[in-house]
Amino acid sequence: MSTKMVEGKTIISARINGQTSDFIAEPRDSLLDVLRENLQLTGAKEGCNNGNCGACNVIMDGRLVNSCCVLAVEANNTEITTIEGVGSPDDLHPIQESFLENAALQCGICTPGFIVSTKALLEENPNPTEHEIRYWLAGNLCRCTGYDKIVRAVQDAATRMQEGSK
Amino acid sequence: MQSIKYAAPTSVEDAVDVLAEYGDKARVLAGGTDLIVQVREWGRDVGIFVDAKTIPELTELAMDSSEGLTLGAAVPCYQIYGNDAVRESYPGLIDAVSMIGGTAIQGRASVGGNLCNSGPAGDSIPPLIIYSAICNVAGPNGTRQIKVEDFCTGPGRNCLEDNELLVSLSLPAPAKSSGAHYLRFIPRNEMDIAVVDAGANITLDGDSISEARIALGAVAPTPLYLADAGSALVGKPATEDSFKEAASVCREAATPITDMRGTIEYRKHMSGVLAMRALRGALTRARGGDVNVH
Repeated sequence: MSTKMVEGKTIISARINGQTSDFIAEPRDSLLDVLRENLQLTGAKEGCNNGNCGACNVIMDGRLVNSCCVLAVEANNTEITTIEGVGSPDDLHPIQESFLENAALQCGICTPGFIVSTKALLEENPNPTEHEIRYWLAGNLCRCTGYDKIVRAVQDAATRMQEGSK
Repeated sequence: MQSIKYAAPTSVEDAVDVLAEYGDKARVLAGGTDLIVQVREWGRDVGIFVDAKTIPELTELAMDSSEGLTLGAAVPCYQIYGNDAVRESYPGLIDAVSMIGGTAIQGRASVGGNLCNSGPAGDSIPPLIIYSAICNVAGPNGTRQIKVEDFCTGPGRNCLEDNELLVSLSLPAPAKSSGAHYLRFIPRNEMDIAVVDAGANITLDGDSISEARIALGAVAPTPLYLADAGSALVGKPATEDSFKEAASVCREAATPITDMRGTIEYRKHMSGVLAMRALRGALTRARGGDVNVH
């Protein structure tokens, strides 16, 4: 039988934010568990832990996913972008600048998920309509802003990024 | 803490071997958006995750203009709606896969997984029924085929044996002059579970209907195939009056429960309303028009 089996702890290797990372995980650990607890990448947040809120969103092999609904063992040999890979305090991504300048956050718990989701959106659709933005971000919940400022920040980020790429 | 194993088989035969060895302790893992949550929140008793995504047949999406669509059981929603040929031929399926969960869920969740989870309100199941999908199932004694309307047997239950694997779904090529539409009613705009959902697929012969299939979700222990509602339309003109007759059959056939999402009375009423809307959308598409879905 050529079935790869994992029982107990195993070493997982993934490219996370451009760097190869090896970490130890068990089959029941989620990707979110290992990002936060093994790799100290605490930007992704545990909100609902069941795929509803989007606070833990990361980009895995080019697709937006809820990291709480991915097993860490499934991340072996994948490429992952977390909020830590989007920008840094000294070098903010245009999406992060737009969120700050448009006051698109209050408590901030949902913000990493929104920014990662927005990055995935603008990579696929650089000039989305308001409807497309709201539809794409339907899986990200924010209980503070009422969403309007977030939508405006995404529109602003799209403009900045298109001007930046000219 | 309960220990769980993980297996990554690379062939259908290897997966069936693992399923046979672990019996009811083995759960097949496609997108994981139901299974992982069930293990974590419900304490669902799982001894081993069997990853479906390492098996080629389960990740295959193949379109053939005469044979139709072969949809691997683990193909995620975004790959389905990202495929132009599938969008063109199966708009009623696209209606569903583009509204399951949100973007991040659609990046992982599969139609095969939705079917095997066998929820009465599984969004992709009525579209599979109206497109006459066949489930291709592998087990220790070879393969068997099951009509999708016979697959679910109760809430969270289906006719798969512990040692069987859903490999793929086969959807026949749509007939000429046919059209299909699926929709659901939810109190929110997105990210919710259907109060009632409905799909319809009709084939026209001029102005009259030569074939019709209608399905409802969330109004019975399993998604419902309304064969009588479909046959009530055959030979009839494609008009509101004909649709009303079929919708009335749907309303009578629905056997919903009262729960937090709606009452029996409301769900029965909505069965007729959504059947009408699904039929109107199907007719629009059969005549080459577009249906605005969201």
